[in-house]
Amino acid sequence: MISQQNVLSWATFFPLIGLAVILILMATRYFLGFSRRALDELARSTGLIASGLSFFCSVLAWVWFDPSQSGVQLVQHFTWIKGFNIEYLVGVDGLSISMVLLTGLISFVAFVASMPWWSSAKYARMAGMVEHGHDDGHHPQHFSVRMVPGYMCMLLLLQTGMMGTFVALDMFLFYVFWEVMLLPMYFLIGIWGGPRKEYAAIKFFLYTLVGSVLMLLAIIGIYYNSHAAPLADGSMSAGHTFNLIELAKQGQEGVFAGSPAVLGFAFSKIAFIALFIGFAIKIPMFPFHTWLPDAHVEAPTPVSVILAGILLKMGPYGILRFNYPLLPDATQWAAWVVALFGVINIVYAAFVCLAQSDLKKLIAYSSVSHMGFTLLGMSAMTPTGISGAVFNMFSHGIISPMLFLIAGVIYDRAHHREIGRFGGLAQALPEYAGITGLAFFASLGLPGMCGFVSEFLVLVGSFPVFLGFTIISATAVIITAAYYLWAIHRAFLGKLNPVYKDYPDLVWRERLVLYPLGAIAIVLGFYPQAVLGVINPALTLLVSGLRPM
Amino acid sequence: MTITQFNIASASWFRPELALTAGILLLFLLDVLVRKQSRYRVAVLTVAALACVGVAAALLAFQPVESRAMFNGMIASDPFATFWKWLFLGAAALTVLIAARSDEFPSPRIGVFYALLLSVVLGMFLMATSLDLLMLYLAIEMVSLPSYAIAGYKPGDRRAAEASLKYVIYGGVASGIMLFGLSYIYGLVGSTNLTALGVRLESLAAPASAGGQLGLRVALMVAVIFVLCGIGYKIAAVPWHMWCPDVYEGAPTPFVAFLSVGPKAAGFALAVRVFYSFLASGGGPEGFARGLADVPWPAVVGVLSAVTMTLGNLSALHQNNLKRLLAYSSISHAGYALMGLAAASQLGVQSVMIYMLVYLVMNLGAFLAVIAIAQATGSETIADCNGLSRRHPLLAVTFAVFLFSLTGLPPLAGFVGKWYLFVAVLSHYAGDGGAWYVTLAVIAALNTAISLYYYVRIIRAMFIEAPAGELVVRPRVSYQIMLGTFSAALLLFGVWWNPLIEWTQASLTFLTRG
Repeated sequence: MISQQNVLSWATFFPLIGLAVILILMATRYFLGFSRRALDELARSTGLIASGLSFFCSVLAWVWFDPSQSGVQLVQHFTWIKGFNIEYLVGVDGLSISMVLLTGLISFVAFVASMPWWSSAKYARMAGMVEHGHDDGHHPQHFSVRMVPGYMCMLLLLQTGMMGTFVALDMFLFYVFWEVMLLPMYFLIGIWGGPRKEYAAIKFFLYTLVGSVLMLLAIIGIYYNSHAAPLADGSMSAGHTFNLIELAKQGQEGVFAGSPAVLGFAFSKIAFIALFIGFAIKIPMFPFHTWLPDAHVEAPTPVSVILAGILLKMGPYGILRFNYPLLPDATQWAAWVVALFGVINIVYAAFVCLAQSDLKKLIAYSSVSHMGFTLLGMSAMTPTGISGAVFNMFSHGIISPMLFLIAGVIYDRAHHREIGRFGGLAQALPEYAGITGLAFFASLGLPGMCGFVSEFLVLVGSFPVFLGFTIISATAVIITAAYYLWAIHRAFLGKLNPVYKDYPDLVWRERLVLYPLGAIAIVLGFYPQAVLGVINPALTLLVSGLRPM
Repeated sequence: MTITQFNIASASWFRPELALTAGILLLFLLDVLVRKQSRYRVAVLTVAALACVGVAAALLAFQPVESRAMFNGMIASDPFATFWKWLFLGAAALTVLIAARSDEFPSPRIGVFYALLLSVVLGMFLMATSLDLLMLYLAIEMVSLPSYAIAGYKPGDRRAAEASLKYVIYGGVASGIMLFGLSYIYGLVGSTNLTALGVRLESLAAPASAGGQLGLRVALMVAVIFVLCGIGYKIAAVPWHMWCPDVYEGAPTPFVAFLSVGPKAAGFALAVRVFYSFLASGGGPEGFARGLADVPWPAVVGVLSAVTMTLGNLSALHQNNLKRLLAYSSISHAGYALMGLAAASQLGVQSVMIYMLVYLVMNLGAFLAVIAIAQATGSETIADCNGLSRRHPLLAVTFAVFLFSLTGLPPLAGFVGKWYLFVAVLSHYAGDGGAWYVTLAVIAALNTAISLYYYVRIIRAMFIEAPAGELVVRPRVSYQIMLGTFSAALLLFGVWWNPLIEWTQASLTFLTRG
């Protein structure tokens, strides 16, 4: 049933099938009237299974992917809309296969983290995981027991959107998946979020929609400037194409560099800017980053995990998929600006982190800072720099979910995240303190963990190109260390605040997600080749297209 | 290639309109003769009448493969008109179904409402087909006059009376101005026939470089702007939109639902025909930026479009009444659809057709949801939607689908409509007037983001806010079925819209100039 031709489609649509199953379950309950609790449990299991199958398919795709070839693999395509040469075209190269695996893994982690299962009674009471324990102000109801079927549907839809975005190789299909992610995200933050959820949700929605409509215009512009390419069945019905593989070829040939000007500006530059803003909002790049802290602080833990782990990677992925291969000349032109914004991200966000008192906000801003490394590495356009950038996407995709899970652990117990109000937590929750230390050190780039490898590669790669920027960024690593260590100091060390004396340590629902991620962070720290070996051939191809021969 | 049909022979091509007329007369008769009728019987009868029209139209549907001028060049019969007739018929049939279970009509007199509604539809049929200035004016009036009556079709309701009065006054002024403009055109050319007008006007209003007279050009410009006024009023484009929110708020909601899609679509059908018959000079619909009297009419329409969508969206931001909000939203959608007209190409016309088709479903759906909410709560404000997702998930989810589709988010059909408009406008970006088109596209794109804000206000109320009280919301079964069908259709055509392309492509043949 699952073959090399359709494994990516299965990975994309298993969650959607799960969604359909949940809808059927809901309809069944409407007619048969079994208990709400039963429906909740069924919906949870369905979500977990569907996401697990999708994860399984992404692992399968990773196994079937042949890293020795640099081209696109595991392709499936057929004609979708004839009039515009729109195809259903999915496939992966080294760049996207790493993101596909990450999406499968982190989504599954998010599902596990959405279950109220595997916890002790004391913990469950503390976290508010009681079915009808309505808001008494003291123990607000936990998101994992609120409107469960709807929550699972939204999370599954989100997973389909994310997976689809990473496997789509048709611009139109890409855009559809890209937009499909917006709706579930809005509802996940808006319904299951914290106190200022409405504000955070609409802010996220508006920011990303502005970005994506600009992207839409650029996509149409690129379409009109492209030459025709044959469809899946060999026919050619329109004079242009949405096929990203073909477009990349045409981009290398300079088709878009010679396109007619827009409003007096070169087309490729305008298209670059429009696409770049759309993607930069997702990264999020300074000055478009302000939605991120709000969204993170209000989102429930698993949604933060997905947001930081996967959604932020859409931005750099899009830039590497669209801007770099399609518009190489404009990419050269904009390189130093991108690098500048990367440095601003790194330094500015690091300083902002220092000033945070909310643990989750600190982690959110640290994401902004770390994504700056990806921007810097990308803009250097050296093989090492781009490898580092993509590896940074992957390693940040492992570490930041850990960090948000950690913030969730303490929030579930204390119902606040003020670093200053904790103290000496290491005495009460030693296991938690240990795993937090691991995650913090991985994030600040301690050698032996994946964060170090990515930052090192980025800095080495950008050093010959942007000397000044690299030095500034490297010094910012010290600030990173400072805010993490200071946070540990304030929250975990010192005298134990007696309020937290009886707090239960990690329960299995937390161990199940934290330990595997921690293990991956360490393994990749010692053996980064596992990922680098797969992504490098594709990136070498990308870089060779950028450098004038 | 056109074939001119003379009077008697024309009648056989006029079957849909004849069937409609018979239905209208029958309804009036029933209303007088049958004393103890329940409104449902009339509804059934009307549906039957509409079905007759459907059959008649179906007879025609595969026949006009080419354009015909009928009744001595008064009316066209072409695939283009047939497309719009189907669309109007769909809007009318759905409105009849919605009205059948509405609370807003005094029960025994529903027959009159149906008869008036069908009269509007007859007018719309004529609007989509008229080839003559006089016919065109009569058709518009045929749509307007029954509409005035229906807008006030709630005896004793002051808001409805106010709506009706406002509608009459604005409508009267607009149609008066239009008639004035038509008289100018007749004075200049000496003919009222659209197919002849284009050619003659072009030679009359030659640009100064070609030895034209300034006076003539000015007169023509004034005339065209006056004519645009009448059309703009029908589609509720800025600055002729002021009637829209008040009428929408006051008039019976099932009629408002119809008003927001039917006459607007008819206005666009008419606009396309007028536009290509004499404003779009240069022979064919494809490829021009400069038009009659040296005025870039596509740019004028483009400016109208930009202003309309922006003003509509900005005004909608802070509306708390759902019907007023949807009124402003419908103004902004007129602005979007005008983009297709401004694109002035085959693709542009096709995009208008697709957009109106999709808009019909999503806007009717949105109004249907408002009706269902108002039936439960007794009023129609955003606050009435609070916690709707917990009271009636189906209603909340389908309403959300309509709103997201109106925003233009994939994978819903609203995105397809908007996609075509953008594609049509941007296809000109490198050509003559490219800067205009790019600017227009950017404005429309930003408007999309603005519109999201107010649509999401409703969604937020439904899904995030807590329910205000223990109110039972149970929409009528027929409404539930329609809500489900509409959203399924939007989803289906958002993912697979080849049929829409094929149908509109086949309907692009139409009569413009002789």
